Amino acid sequence: MLSGLLRVLRSVRWYVRELTDESAYDRYVTHVRTAHPDALVPSRREFERERTERQESDPRQGFRCC
Amino acid sequence: MRTANTRSIVIWTLVALVGAAGWAVLALSRGEEVSAAWMVAAALGSYAIAYRFYSKFIANKVLKVDKTRATPAERLNNGIDFHPTDRRVLLGHHFAAIAGAGPLVGPVLAAQMGYLPGTIWIIVGVIFAGAVQDMVVLFFSTRRDGRSLGQMAREEIGPFGGAAALLAAFAIMIILLGVLALVIVNALAESPWGTFSIAMTIPIALLMGFYLRVLRPGRVTEVSLIGIALLLLALVSGRWVAESSWADTFTLEPSTLVIWLVAYGFIASILPVWMLLAPRDYLSTFMKIGTIFLLALGVVIALPTLKMDAVTDFASRGDGPVFAGSLFPFVFITIACGALSGFHSLISSGTTPKMIQKETQVRMIGYGSMLMESSVAVMALIAASVIDPGLYFAMNAPAGVIGDSVQNASQVVGSWGYQISPEDLAAAARNVEEASLLSRTGGAPTLAIGISDIFSQITGDSLRAFWYHFAIMFEALFILTALDAGTRVGRFMLQDTLGNLYKPFKNVSWKPGLVITSAIVCGLWGYFLWVGVHEPLGGINQLFPIFGISNQLLAAVALAVCTTLLVKSGRLKWAWVTGVPLAWDATVTLTASWQKVFSSDPRVGFFKQRSVYQDAIDRGEVLAPAKNMDDMRTVVTNSTVDGVLSAVLALLIVIVIVDATRVCIRHVRRPALSTLSEAPYVESKIVAPAGLIPTREEKEEEHDAVGAAPGS
Repeated sequence: MLSGLLRVLRSVRWYVRELTDESAYDRYVTHVRTAHPDALVPSRREFERERTERQESDPRQGFRCC
Repeated sequence: MRTANTRSIVIWTLVALVGAAGWAVLALSRGEEVSAAWMVAAALGSYAIAYRFYSKFIANKVLKVDKTRATPAERLNNGIDFHPTDRRVLLGHHFAAIAGAGPLVGPVLAAQMGYLPGTIWIIVGVIFAGAVQDMVVLFFSTRRDGRSLGQMAREEIGPFGGAAALLAAFAIMIILLGVLALVIVNALAESPWGTFSIAMTIPIALLMGFYLRVLRPGRVTEVSLIGIALLLLALVSGRWVAESSWADTFTLEPSTLVIWLVAYGFIASILPVWMLLAPRDYLSTFMKIGTIFLLALGVVIALPTLKMDAVTDFASRGDGPVFAGSLFPFVFITIACGALSGFHSLISSGTTPKMIQKETQVRMIGYGSMLMESSVAVMALIAASVIDPGLYFAMNAPAGVIGDSVQNASQVVGSWGYQISPEDLAAAARNVEEASLLSRTGGAPTLAIGISDIFSQITGDSLRAFWYHFAIMFEALFILTALDAGTRVGRFMLQDTLGNLYKPFKNVSWKPGLVITSAIVCGLWGYFLWVGVHEPLGGINQLFPIFGISNQLLAAVALAVCTTLLVKSGRLKWAWVTGVPLAWDATVTLTASWQKVFSSDPRVGFFKQRSVYQDAIDRGEVLAPAKNMDDMRTVVTNSTVDGVLSAVLALLIVIVIVDATRVCIRHVRRPALSTLSEAPYVESKIVAPAGLIPTREEKEEEHDAVGAAPGS
């Protein structure tokens, strides 16, 4: 019962983090660690800055409809 | 031949019966009040069958989706914009990106012809046109590394069709922003409660932006929760402000709001993304999903009764006060989002195809989320149909027609056959704590009344005014976000184009270029907004048809690209899947443009309207609803601009379709001349289910693969 509830809560947390893209940094770190083991991993602050700058330079990324 | 098992035959027969029962009741009842439950049944039954059978047919037979073929997300994974995303997450992303104000506004306006025509078009349109377009564009873009619609048009049709597509996208963006801003002005004018709570979203967003940038980067969920709490506080305190001595400060005339909105759009679009746009986007997405969910819940729990007629007389006479013109073609351009929306093709090509895990998932994500959006449109239509028709028409007719007193409005609306007493009109406004509800055109206030009606059936009458302003705020919130984001996209297109004339413009971070192009884009939509507010004949009435035409024009471009691609990729025998919706869309849009340009009815045809008013000016007469010669000249200028615009848009559709047809015919005659820029086949290593619920085989496959599923 309790473990079932925990599982539900965990999957809700996973879904919300994925949907809001809060997990973007973790995903990127995993990607860099596996695909380019020698590359430097940016800090979360740097990563989030780069992310908004990318949106700045191409506003079609993440655009929403009417 | 595969045989179906008994259980699924029984289930699908039941689903078909539920849908058929819904349709039968909607179609056959005349004069009596019908429960919204039947509309819900007709919609959900039809969606289920369409998804189960038609979308499966398109996926397997027409597109031949290949689960062994790696998607761009897998091949080009960079952990940022290209990355395989869980299908349930991507469904949420894609739905949040396509659903906006469109499916909420169009059906409300189309309700003037009764609920039946709108319901039929929303449901049939989405099944055979809208969802097909979204899914097929998503598929082809996925096969092309997530190319945008414009790029696909250029590569697959040619530079001419490509340029027309680009111009169409720019035009629709400008008109869309003008019309959306007009919706906001009509909802916020003379409403201190609404204006205050919307104004508060700016400091809230700035605070959230600061939090995400400086305090705790990337913690989106917690900052969104803080933001929503502050938003609700702003909403509640809007009432206190409206009752305090500050009320005058926030009671703004429409023309003052125009200036504020254009200034906001300009400043917001030159500020860095992190400051205002990104946090606003989180807020409006949360609010959007939350409100849509609440509305669905409200409709299902309250199951309100539809008070609007099934089909009103305006449908055949074409002299409706909300927008002029008869059922065909105007219902089909008024309801765009929810049935068929060209705008979605911009989302289906671009962001989503870079994140999709499996080709097989285009069905669930492309077709499925469009069905969800369509159900939002059905709910909006329900919300507009549950309010008293007399109130509906008093709210949606221009001031020039019904005057600005409740007595006059009651009389005029009564002459159309809808009785509502002046006292009832005044009480309706008082109930939601607004000074007046007359001529609150644009759809948002009507929807808000409908939503407050449905919600207060559940929560009790004391919260009616709160729900009304909640709905207004929710719409205004994401329309303001759209103004900012849309200005940026328009600016980007303009920078790209101007960059061909003067190099530095191409550099998107070149400050002077940024400011100039932002000002041009804001000036353009600001012009339409200004015109809409000062139009004696009623801004929504004049501009909404052009907005509908331009949106359906973009759909024509998308469907033409899809049809060309089906032909060029050797699927000629299935080309009707997008060809028939294209033919329908072109017929509707071109007929509407034709009538808007050439109709001899001055309410419909812009040039006829122009000549009627010009002749009166020459004679020195003032024609109602104009009040003086200035008004008369405004009408002449506006109808000239609108008429020319309608003609240009129609010409663009013709160019794209003719060019696409040329390419198709050339391919059928000399296939060797065609090139297809599809990314080469690479075998996929990801194992993931195609639909929401994995089948037994998919579960086994997933079990056999080790550590492939994300989130596990």
